[in-house]
Amino acid sequence: MAEYLIQTVGLPEWLTWSLMAVLSAVLILNLMAGGALVFIWAERKVSARIQDRLGPTRTGGSFGWLQSLADGIKLLAKEDLMPEGADGMLFRVAPYVSFCASFAAFIGLPFAFDMVGLRLNVGVFYVVAVLGLEVFGVILAGYASASKWSLFGAMREAAQVVSYEVPLGMCIVVPVMLAGTMDLVTIGEKQAGWFTNWYLFHDPFTFVVFWVYVTCAVASVNRAPFDLAEAESELVAGFHTEYSGLRWSFFFMAEYSSMFLVSGLAAVLFLGGWNGPVPLATLAGLSEGTGETTGALVRLLGLANLLGKATLGVLIMMWIRWTLPRLRIDQVMTTCLKYCTPIAAAMFAGAMVWLWVFPGGVLNLDDGSRRPGEIREGWLEGPGGRAPAAATAPASIPAEEAVAEVAG
Amino acid sequence: MSQVIDDDPRIIEFDVRTDEMLVNMGPQHPSTHGVLRLVLRTDGEVVSEIEPHIGYLHRCAEKIGENISARQFIPYTDRMDYLAAMNMNLGWSLAVEKLMRHQVTEKARHLRVLISELSRIASHLVGMGAYGLDLGTFSPFLYAFREREKILDLFEEACGARLTYSYITVGGLTADLPPGWLARCEDFLNQFEPVIREYHTLLTTNAIFVKRTASIGVLSPELAINYGCSGPVLRGSGVDQDMRRDGESIYTAMYDGYAFEVAVMKDGHYPRDHVYPAVPHDAVLGDCWHRFFVRMLEVVQSMDLVRQAIDRYSACKGPLGEPVKVAEKIPVGDVYLETECPKGQMGFYLVGNGTAIPWRVRARSSSFSNLSVLAELCHGCLIADVPAIVGSLDIVMGEIDR
Repeated sequence: MAEYLIQTVGLPEWLTWSLMAVLSAVLILNLMAGGALVFIWAERKVSARIQDRLGPTRTGGSFGWLQSLADGIKLLAKEDLMPEGADGMLFRVAPYVSFCASFAAFIGLPFAFDMVGLRLNVGVFYVVAVLGLEVFGVILAGYASASKWSLFGAMREAAQVVSYEVPLGMCIVVPVMLAGTMDLVTIGEKQAGWFTNWYLFHDPFTFVVFWVYVTCAVASVNRAPFDLAEAESELVAGFHTEYSGLRWSFFFMAEYSSMFLVSGLAAVLFLGGWNGPVPLATLAGLSEGTGETTGALVRLLGLANLLGKATLGVLIMMWIRWTLPRLRIDQVMTTCLKYCTPIAAAMFAGAMVWLWVFPGGVLNLDDGSRRPGEIREGWLEGPGGRAPAAATAPASIPAEEAVAEVAG
Repeated sequence: MSQVIDDDPRIIEFDVRTDEMLVNMGPQHPSTHGVLRLVLRTDGEVVSEIEPHIGYLHRCAEKIGENISARQFIPYTDRMDYLAAMNMNLGWSLAVEKLMRHQVTEKARHLRVLISELSRIASHLVGMGAYGLDLGTFSPFLYAFREREKILDLFEEACGARLTYSYITVGGLTADLPPGWLARCEDFLNQFEPVIREYHTLLTTNAIFVKRTASIGVLSPELAINYGCSGPVLRGSGVDQDMRRDGESIYTAMYDGYAFEVAVMKDGHYPRDHVYPAVPHDAVLGDCWHRFFVRMLEVVQSMDLVRQAIDRYSACKGPLGEPVKVAEKIPVGDVYLETECPKGQMGFYLVGNGTAIPWRVRARSSSFSNLSVLAELCHGCLIADVPAIVGSLDIVMGEIDR
């Protein structure tokens, strides 16, 4: 599309790329905002079914699928309250910091082979780093609210999320090591084929590391049983006690989009990304089986695969939330420091040894031409030196600028 | 001048000093079970001191009792422990009957056992569900309420009310059971029995639940006795006392011929009349887990008692007997009677002066005594433990403030 605009319409190159960046940003933003609304609705229905209730049944047909939208309108119309003594500027900024951090991370997440906001050679690093910024919004909110409960929530969040970044990072390093690149597109591409090619089934160590990742991911997005920052039975509502209306809804949207993001990341890193358990496209002769999906149908199939896996992850998080009690702060820290971190480190070392002993993998049903540990030549420019996909901004734009465009 | 202050090392030390924080928990807070206000002195997450403030639900029930007749006071007892209003009705009725030397019929006696034990189940279900809520899990609360609703349906059939029944009254009960009620009650019990296993899976044996409750808020038997704790709080500490067995004769006579074993840990194990989950290794006698577990055992125990009461009630022939007149005169004298309510020993004291209106009415609330031990239990615990401990005491503010 970019080439078309430059060559046929005759737009200047800088304008074209800027337009493309804005288009990508708008697409991602709206897709995720819509997705968050759907997940909020799903959470109501799922929790209702778990708890022997019906959930919303009136707003928009018998399934209440307009409930989130109705809530959104209600939140828009609510009075904008700020407690006396609050730090006005920080109080107003905090929700946007959380919101932007969690939405900006989607730029790096590939939805299918060439459906990625911006293909980055440090994609994993970018996503984790930007997602980690979300905690600043929460700390700001807690600090600026002039409420003791908010302060408690913020302090808990700071301790918890920062600690869980360590084992989370270690878990993420394992697939990165197997793929030999931090490019999420390449990592997904390498798991093409049957489900045995997924990094989850690569070796026993990655299998364990996946579950450690799940634990840490739930903790890092503050979902039960690790939802200490908003622990409603202890801290009233934690860091967002004093928030109301639209500002509060930004925190809410950030939470749900973060959930989707860590699930999507799990799907790409461990569950084959956009590659289904059975290579349908290859079997049907639509694709060459290299993971490079071409054609609208194959692309949509890939998109459906990834969205399905990520949604499943979110649903499991909901299931956990409505089943388990909440841990205490010291127990949360113990889980992180005494269990998750050593296990992740040991599994990292184990996977390293495994890679050294079985460089070609053991469960690989492919012909063995693509070795999991292989570091390709020219990986910094993307695999095979291919140009970035058409619907993306050029790889030459630094990540920070792209973030600034979306976040700003 | 400012230079001098800046250079003073004491000022700098003051600047970086961490301070204790006073936090006001309640009276509007999700987990203070009504309008309890707790003032916490915290150092970070650690609570160094806790002070309960009560009185937000005070409605002068005792003074009102000194201006109306004994039977008219029954609706006010409903509003004391509103989660177990039947047991409150029973406590007051028995106290008045003791002073009047009134004997209820055999049929009324068994019906009272039936109703008050069902009410105990309903109350413990709320206690259990709300405790899950305090620990951050929402679903058990609704599962508990689902079953409680069925008990309330039965009560509604019997007396027309779902919360404040005024069913058990001085001299008997206001009405007999409607036809088919006993069969529906047995249906409920049969359906309810397997559900208890679900509760044990979701809460009692859940690893996180055990982590949150075991060895938390340990109440030694001596402390429990010194503070006048009663009910599941006392039995959770291993003190073998239950008014249904150890109370005054007018109350224990109600349970004559009923087989039940007091739910208390003796020689390291709980009564073996049913299959219960094992006590986790890190649970200490007197902690939150044991208090919760005693309630769960009492649910099973009450189910047994209800079944026995159904048999005995249906075997009784003849009328239920009429309650005393609303303006029945109370003889001169005073009486104090404690009954075993779901929350503990609820005592009623009244002085009669020969008229229909008592000269003095006092109520001894079990929740009040149970709450008083909170400051001892919460010393040095974490903020997250405060709801866990308050919830394990299972207090009702309506009864504390009266």
